[in-house]
Amino acid sequence: MSGSKVKKNNTGNRSSMETLKKVLRIIGHYRLLLAASLLLALLTVVLQLYVPVLFGDAIDQIVSPDSPGMSEISSTLVMILVRVLELVMISSVGTWVMNMINNRLAFRTVMDIRARAIRQIQVLPLSYLDGHSSGDLVQRIIADTDQLSDGLLLGFTQLFSGIVTIAVTLGFMLSKNVWITVMVLILTPVSFLVARFIAERSFIMFSKQTAARGRQTALINEFTGNQKLVKAFGREAKASARFKEINEELRGYSQSAVFFSSLTNPSTRAVNNVIYALVALAGAMLIIKGHLTVGGLTVLLAYSNQYMKPFNDISSVVTELQNALACAARVFELIEAEPEQKDSEAVLENHGGRVVIKDVAFSYDKSKSLIEGFNFQAEAGTKTAIVGPTGCGKTTFINLLMRFYDTDSGNILIDGQNIKDVSRASLRHNYGMVLQETWLKNGTVRENIAIGKPDATDEEIIRAAKESHSWEFIRRMPQRLDTVINDDSLSQGQKQLLCITRVMLCLPPMLILDEATSSIDTRTEVMIQEAFDKLMQGRTSFIVAHRLSTIRGADQILVMKDGRIIEQGNHETLMVKGGFYKNLYNSQFAETAL
Amino acid sequence: MRKLLSYLYDYKIESVLAPLFKLLESLMDLLVPLVIAVIINKGIGGADNGIILSNFGLLICLAFLGMAFSFTAQWMAAKASVGFSAKLRQALFDHIQGLSFRELDTLGTDTLITRMTSDINQIQNGLNLSLRLLLRSPFIVFGAMIMAFTIDVRCALIFAVAIPLLSIVVIGIMLLSIPLFTKVQTAIDRLLGLTRENLTGVRVIRAFCKEQDEINSFDRLNDALTHMNERVGRLSALMNPATYLIINTATILLIRQGALRVQAGALQQGDVVALYNYMAQIVVELVKLASLIITINRSLACARRVSDMLDVKTSMEYPSYTQNTDNAALSGLAAPYGSMVLSPAAASSQLTAAAVATGLPYPGSVSGTSSSSETAVCFDHVGFSYASSSDAVLTDINFTAMKGQTIGIIGGTGSGKSTVVSLIPRFYDVTSGSVKVFGQDVRSYPEGSLIEMIGIVPQKAVLFEGSIRDNLLWGNEKASDTELWESLETAQAAEIVKGKEGRLDAHVEQGGRNLSGGQRQRLTIARALVKKPRILILDDSSSALDFATDLALRKSIAALPGDMTVFIISQRASSVRQADRILVLDDGCQAGFGTHEELLDGCAVYQEIYYSQFPDERPKNISGKNAGSANKRDSVHGDSAKQKKGAHANDRDAKTVDERGIRDAKDEIRKGVIK
Repeated sequence: MSGSKVKKNNTGNRSSMETLKKVLRIIGHYRLLLAASLLLALLTVVLQLYVPVLFGDAIDQIVSPDSPGMSEISSTLVMILVRVLELVMISSVGTWVMNMINNRLAFRTVMDIRARAIRQIQVLPLSYLDGHSSGDLVQRIIADTDQLSDGLLLGFTQLFSGIVTIAVTLGFMLSKNVWITVMVLILTPVSFLVARFIAERSFIMFSKQTAARGRQTALINEFTGNQKLVKAFGREAKASARFKEINEELRGYSQSAVFFSSLTNPSTRAVNNVIYALVALAGAMLIIKGHLTVGGLTVLLAYSNQYMKPFNDISSVVTELQNALACAARVFELIEAEPEQKDSEAVLENHGGRVVIKDVAFSYDKSKSLIEGFNFQAEAGTKTAIVGPTGCGKTTFINLLMRFYDTDSGNILIDGQNIKDVSRASLRHNYGMVLQETWLKNGTVRENIAIGKPDATDEEIIRAAKESHSWEFIRRMPQRLDTVINDDSLSQGQKQLLCITRVMLCLPPMLILDEATSSIDTRTEVMIQEAFDKLMQGRTSFIVAHRLSTIRGADQILVMKDGRIIEQGNHETLMVKGGFYKNLYNSQFAETAL
Repeated sequence: MRKLLSYLYDYKIESVLAPLFKLLESLMDLLVPLVIAVIINKGIGGADNGIILSNFGLLICLAFLGMAFSFTAQWMAAKASVGFSAKLRQALFDHIQGLSFRELDTLGTDTLITRMTSDINQIQNGLNLSLRLLLRSPFIVFGAMIMAFTIDVRCALIFAVAIPLLSIVVIGIMLLSIPLFTKVQTAIDRLLGLTRENLTGVRVIRAFCKEQDEINSFDRLNDALTHMNERVGRLSALMNPATYLIINTATILLIRQGALRVQAGALQQGDVVALYNYMAQIVVELVKLASLIITINRSLACARRVSDMLDVKTSMEYPSYTQNTDNAALSGLAAPYGSMVLSPAAASSQLTAAAVATGLPYPGSVSGTSSSSETAVCFDHVGFSYASSSDAVLTDINFTAMKGQTIGIIGGTGSGKSTVVSLIPRFYDVTSGSVKVFGQDVRSYPEGSLIEMIGIVPQKAVLFEGSIRDNLLWGNEKASDTELWESLETAQAAEIVKGKEGRLDAHVEQGGRNLSGGQRQRLTIARALVKKPRILILDDSSSALDFATDLALRKSIAALPGDMTVFIISQRASSVRQADRILVLDDGCQAGFGTHEELLDGCAVYQEIYYSQFPDERPKNISGKNAGSANKRDSVHGDSAKQKKGAHANDRDAKTVDERGIRDAKDEIRKGVIK
């Protein structure tokens, strides 16, 4: 058991070291600040530890009335106290400056990493983004970077000052009394062991608690998120019962976890108190024998109390560091992920938009083929409809047209230019796209509409909105175009209308409509259809839709199934052919005769 | 707020003992400097090993006693705080189960989830710390000062000045940073929102080539957050140096004063050491206290929010005489699972019993008139508005659905289709008029009894984590596998389940992620059918199905035995065309109610919808290009629905004859094709 564990640790350490190096590289131009911070840490720690020594000396200067003295306190004492005051002031200022530097270091690093991450997001291939949940990526960019800076940078400085504290303390203690120092040194590990013993026990409890809490949160999300459904099926009592089960389980684990983890402090404190008592005992004996002064004992007592603190700090910093390294590794995995293939500088020249697809093969999962031997031509200004059952590859087709994904083999040509040979931006500028899943950014209506044409005037925007029939509801909003909206504030139909308005405003030469009208009611659909008809005039358009009535006017119909084009032609020829399309089409008529 | 304390009632002993033991522990800590003083003054001063040894023993005793007290306190605090939060969480969850749709709408899912998770965790944390430390820290601080006074009043005066000064600095910095922290949190939330937007909208951003814009706005927020963070940082960076300065200055004064007093013979050297030690204890505790205040402050805010939520009362009132029936029904549902498994015979008999029970009309309607026994659902001049907006969502809806009928509901986005059906199971109470189910006002049904008769397939197809069987059993806990398969067949979902490993036991991931939209939709239909409802509501539940499947689904539902009344909301005219009656809604008003033929004759809104989807059936005299222009004219001129209606009404008379002729001919052709 131990052998494998050690091995794992080694490889873990190696990758940790690599991550650490990367972090150091990231903080690059803050290197000076880091050095200054460490220097100040050294200074303040030494000063702060020296102060008790001076206090000890001061206490030794306190003389009782029976010793030959005067009414004045000794000038040595005053001198010492003035000295202390100076040091305290220097160290206060030093700590303050160090804190400021550490803040800057931590916050700037996070800022830099986040800025890099968001740039990375823009150039990562969609296969990466589709392969990771957005929640997970958000977590990396926001929470993990925080953890990284808190844990790694501040942890690092804490670790440093902790080590300095221990070393300097030992030095001062040795200067006071060797034997007591040795005794403290020998006893220190006891407190360490106690803390570790408790940490190990509570770690098990914490893992159980975390797992139970995770299950409970999932349950809460599921049930409360669908509370109406729970009520619609009268499942309230069952839901409560199920919740109670997991809630009780969590209570059990939580109680143990909270209890065990709260034992660390009292236990180590008890050990420290014992050490403290031993120092007092030994010190008192040594004073009687004349090997130590009362001031010296005071210093030793103060140190024996303080001495443990950096140890505790270090152990907590170490766990923090490990955690931070794990977070850092996640952040770097994102930042260093392979970006999209380098873009060509060439600009796509549009001569009407003739699209040719030659022998295209593509699949998401390279072990399973999805699209193979895809050949197709859309003449400039024609309308192509894509139909087929769910999962037939229609969305994939769009991913390829827009170069969200690159083909595995074969080429897509627009007006004779291979889309891989022109910049993605110029390709995408030529397309107007309305996706199945509407997306609005948090901002004003104007910002959302003018996304493709930021310099559009209000008249242009309103005209586009009127043409796509979104003006009717925008008009009724409190601040019209300046109304701030987000994904939740509009109905699905309204969102879709806004997405259509976006395209309406840019009037790109080619269109991609992905089931754009599926969630809008038919009356609105009529209006949109009309607007689209206008939009599609003279534009090469690709429409993915369930509604056969909307695609009958298409110049070409692609019938897709299992990633292949199984039929191709216009409505009439396909009906005559009597294949899959005819079946699909007839089902609409068969039902009206029911 | 006070109500929350009642959840602590079970742990009242622990809640009192925890801080008490904590006090005992800190008392031990406070005694240490005194013992040290004795060692120095008497032991060392008198060179008495005995005194030194006995006091050393005392120190050891104090250490272990302190540990024992502390352990006890920690255990009590953990037990009380965790127990309290568990009870509170359960109470909150149960409370939410009792809320009606209206409250759920107002509160919002996110809020509910936050209250139950992070807010309650925060409260638990706050309570735990309060029980342990709230008394301890002030006790040590003031205890130290009092001890100082017992040693020497003049020296203790330094304490009396230093402690308030320290408190002001520590608590002041904390208080000043709290609002800044809130601002930081807001800034983080905004950055987080933008990041999420970038990820969910990546296709749109790339399609519009807005990558650089997004980077710019991210940088802006990122900068703002960093500046905010640095501002808070500057403030909290003061904490350590300031307290350090104060405490050490106080110590300097203390030693100077102590030296004077020793010289005056009023004090001994050991006493000065004791005073010095007390001073050291104070800082640590003050810092602890300050961070504790922040935690408690935060927990109190959370507690207030949770308490507010518990105060939300359901707006639904149920007839009081049904209270007993209600309880009986609930316990009847919940109790017999254990025995059920053992005897399938008992299960089925119980099932029929349950069916009979739910089938029975409720008090009063048993001897109802024959007409009410024929009607399933009746809307009587119904008006409705959601709580959040005062605008009427529905106005004067009037229709009757007979038993066994299929009612189609069609209309534009926001026309109120879903609202109409949500009134049938009384998810909301009408604002005016009444809704009757089986002749009985929905408001007179006891809680939970109405819902048992109604099967609902919501727009959003949601499944829960568990097996497919678990999900289907939502409809009816006691359904046999045979019944489940029957429902799956009807819902056209049997093939899906047969294709899964483990079939009914196949695992459904949270939210049904591992199923496609169409598959989920069919399974949710099956789930509603398992209930064997007397009224089935399909709220646009076939949107993700292709036409063939949609058709097969409606055929098999129509073929089900019994007189189930079915409501179908759809945006496809083809889906509601065969319904016995169709309710046409337009902006919350009833634009028509009747058969397909009747509506095609007399309802302009319906005509518009229908012909937009079946342009071939549009009467020939206005077909083709003319139809397009007619349509256009409508939408240009007709700003309000009424105008549109008017325009159509004028056209209608001219159309009617041709229209019918063409349709009849088409029907003939179609029948031919089918044969």
